[in-house]
Amino acid sequence: MHKEEFIRGVKDCVPTLLGYLSIGFAAGIIEKTAGLSIMEIGLLSILVYAGSAQFIFAGMVSTGGSLVGIITTVFFINLRHLLMSAALSPYFRQLSSVKNAMIGVLLTDETFGVASSEVARSGRLNNSWMQGLNLTAYFNWIAANLAGAYLGVWITDPEKFGLDFALPAMFIGLLVLQIMHRKKYVLDVVVGLTAILVGVVCGFFISKSVGVIAATIVAASVGTVIERWR
Amino acid sequence: MEVSWDIFLLIAGCSVVTILPRVVPLVLLSRIALPEPLLRWLSHIPIAVMAALVGQELIQMDGGFQLSDHLDLAAGILTFAVALKTRNLLWTVVMGCVFAMVLRLLVNG
Repeated sequence: MHKEEFIRGVKDCVPTLLGYLSIGFAAGIIEKTAGLSIMEIGLLSILVYAGSAQFIFAGMVSTGGSLVGIITTVFFINLRHLLMSAALSPYFRQLSSVKNAMIGVLLTDETFGVASSEVARSGRLNNSWMQGLNLTAYFNWIAANLAGAYLGVWITDPEKFGLDFALPAMFIGLLVLQIMHRKKYVLDVVVGLTAILVGVVCGFFISKSVGVIAATIVAASVGTVIERWR
Repeated sequence: MEVSWDIFLLIAGCSVVTILPRVVPLVLLSRIALPEPLLRWLSHIPIAVMAALVGQELIQMDGGFQLSDHLDLAAGILTFAVALKTRNLLWTVVMGCVFAMVLRLLVNG
């Protein structure tokens, strides 16, 4: 473990903390309302560690969903991580399988976003940096869930302060930074617009989680074809 | 302060199905040299997946033509401008929240 790289990873995680805190806080409130105990909420954020999946989990538990039904839904909602994990794999070829598994197990939309910005900026990823980033995000998430479960009774309306917007704002920032660093402006904008179109339309007619996966596959293919053409 | 057996089983099952997609590609694909076209395809995934997530978050297909139906999109466009101008992630997040809060106050009261 390289100490300086680890600390740089912790620092690079800071801009994501507000987004995690507000979403994790909201998740904690909903999990508590669904009737989960504090211990169960702790376990859920430690073992599942996924925003959208935990929202659905709480919703389905409170409406009495079946074991198989809930697990299948959670699987499909988080299936997009398959693509993110694959996209990071070329940068960790020198690492052992165990170290790769340790990186993967804490992979989220947000840490993936920060990691791909780092790739766009420097062209490489460092294991210690990635651990610093991942662990900071992980502990912040668990703390946010527990805070929501404990304090949710008093703070009822985080939307009033625009806090729910921290997450989309962060993705907008990560997108802009990456496009600036990659300097493939036309290509990236075409890929981004394709993904938005497919994601929104599929999300509306089928489901949001299918929409994200379909959008990613279609838009990445469009990007690859355009690159071949030129 | 207790964990019921049913909930524990449920959490354990969800844990397995969220860990597998995160871990399996990293462990398997990092062991082999991927062909060049596949690497190119993978290099487009960050932009594609984040654009799709943002699009779904901001664009309402069932809204009408009033601004009040599309406040998040308006806040998103302003946030985009801040990101272009500052190129700083923390500023973008903070200003995004401010835009969302102010627009909601102004339009919804």
